[in-house]
Amino acid sequence: MTSEQRPTGLVRRLGSWFDVRLRFGDTILPMLRHPIPRSSAGPLGWWYVFGSASMTLLMLQILTGIGLALVYVPSADKAYDSLLYLDYEAPLGWFLRALHYYAGSGMVVLVLAHATQVFLHGAYKYPRELTWMVGVVLLLCTLGMFFTGQILRWDPDAYWGLAVGGSMAGRAPGMGPQLVHLILGNVVIGGDALSRFFALHVFVIPGALLASLALHLWLVLKCGISAAPVPGQAVDPDRYDAEYQHDLHTTGVPFLGPAMLKDAFFSAAAVLVVVLLAAVLGPKGPNDPPDPLLAGANPRPEWPFLWLFALLSLSPPEAETFIILFLPLLLIAALFLVPVISNRGERAPSRRPVAVLLVVVGYTVLGTLTYQGATAPWSPQMTAWSGEPVPVDLIDGATPVRLAGAAVFQYKNCRNCHALEGRGGKRGPDLAGVGARLTADQLVDQISNGTPGGGNMPAYGKQVSPDEMTAMVEFLSALRPHGQPAPRSAAVVQ
Amino acid sequence: MSETSCPESVVPEPRPPRRTFFELVTYGLGAIAAAVVGLPFVGYVVGVRKKPVAWVPLGSVDGFPLNETRLVTFANPLRQPWDGMVANTGVYVRNQGEDQLEEFLVLAMNCAHLGCPVSWFPQSGLFMCPCHGGVYYANGERASGPPPRGLFRCVWRIQDGQLEVQAPHYPTLQDTLDQTA
Repeated sequence: MTSEQRPTGLVRRLGSWFDVRLRFGDTILPMLRHPIPRSSAGPLGWWYVFGSASMTLLMLQILTGIGLALVYVPSADKAYDSLLYLDYEAPLGWFLRALHYYAGSGMVVLVLAHATQVFLHGAYKYPRELTWMVGVVLLLCTLGMFFTGQILRWDPDAYWGLAVGGSMAGRAPGMGPQLVHLILGNVVIGGDALSRFFALHVFVIPGALLASLALHLWLVLKCGISAAPVPGQAVDPDRYDAEYQHDLHTTGVPFLGPAMLKDAFFSAAAVLVVVLLAAVLGPKGPNDPPDPLLAGANPRPEWPFLWLFALLSLSPPEAETFIILFLPLLLIAALFLVPVISNRGERAPSRRPVAVLLVVVGYTVLGTLTYQGATAPWSPQMTAWSGEPVPVDLIDGATPVRLAGAAVFQYKNCRNCHALEGRGGKRGPDLAGVGARLTADQLVDQISNGTPGGGNMPAYGKQVSPDEMTAMVEFLSALRPHGQPAPRSAAVVQ
Repeated sequence: MSETSCPESVVPEPRPPRRTFFELVTYGLGAIAAAVVGLPFVGYVVGVRKKPVAWVPLGSVDGFPLNETRLVTFANPLRQPWDGMVANTGVYVRNQGEDQLEEFLVLAMNCAHLGCPVSWFPQSGLFMCPCHGGVYYANGERASGPPPRGLFRCVWRIQDGQLEVQAPHYPTLQDTLDQTA
């Protein structure tokens, strides 16, 4: 206090008046000026911008979230109307909803990018293990916000999403019904569930997220920002601290400078991209009103969960309960344990082929499953039987029996699961060329008995008359590409 | 508690014996305070109000033709007053004939796989689920696809010529609708 110079000018004197009391000058300012390794302030510093940009979008989420809370009504009978009011009547309500959706999506993208960068650069190694683990909590909170936010949209996707979530929880051994009640807050899906997800989305998860974020930032300050990885410079917990401090004191540069400028630039760019997406694409939904009796319900999770949706849908029924209940827990545990498995050694990606491979394979799997989840070929098309006519070239010049068979094929709802030339359900195989694959006897057997052992196709034996069966098999047997011979059963040839 | 951690420059004051007692009382009081707040809160969050059994009239028994499946819709009495259209639900009713073991078959519309709403297709006599392709026969038994069991059966009764169904809660694998039946 004694060494303080008398500042001149009103602003400086005012600032000084506050700082004598607040003491930001010797608490907050040194934090901002804390030295960081020179390498991470240089061009390589562009790798370090994802975390701060995630935080910037979080601020945008808080701002737009408060804005939406001024209008949104978390009541089962009014939520949908209040969303329509936001979309179509409240001034700029549509823009706020769109911003909230795309900033949330951007947060997921940036948190993943941040985690991937930290993983690839080995920045989670000693002494930053705990920083990584708290980061995993932040990722889970971000995903939790996305999931609970989709429920607040309170359209059929939200309603049936709760139904699917409830059914999944209901499989937990020994505590299924209790878990369902905990999630739904009632014995039926309704306002109690909406209120629970509102409380989670607005109070519980944001509280956990902000507390974890404070811890995360504290750890970043206390452990310091990791230097850009250099091949050959391995992390040795016994020597790391001394070397890191030595580097900071000899070549370190303050964070408040080029490094922070990069962060600020990228954050601003991220916000602008989000604003552009929101302005051009507009708000997401809500879709139809939340009437459980509306036909054509086909709930889709939001995009960050499409991979899990696909994994579930593509798994055999025997493995399903395990995948629903335990796979997410295993994945989360694996993420938490990354720094426990290896917290020393090389950091450079060029010396860590397994880490690079994990990232490449991981994102390839996630991307493929997400694509599958977006197209969802396992979902029958419930209106295909009456909405998708038999392609004309398949019945060109057909006999009356074949024509009748085509009509039976349509009428018995086969198209809901079976496409013809790509049009119709994708649940079962496309039958446009089935006449070259199965004999008439095999067709009769397949249609009558379905998939052996109760697989994917129901037994139609009692659902079609003998005449209908004959006609349908005639129709299907003739579905052969030009020039392909009719199949013969090997069993007949002695 | 341990005095050894104090800096040497501070002369440790003699510890009056009543302080130990005061410490223990404080811990005890704190634990009680936490419990009397925490336990009711957990009970509040976990607890589900038991609702009395409600019967929903589905219509005159004569209104259900033999061996036909009809979707009957109603607002579930288990709803909250503020649930609005979300309380709408439906059951599939099939008159199987008086000679059958069960004259009526009343099935919940939720697929036994993950709860999506199944649709009835009278053309093929099958229930189909739009989510993962679960298929059921007219009697509610599983025909194909991922469902681990048939459709959930509701509890019904005939009262003064009216078919009535017990208001269905959301059925799941370990919490079906006909346990009491």
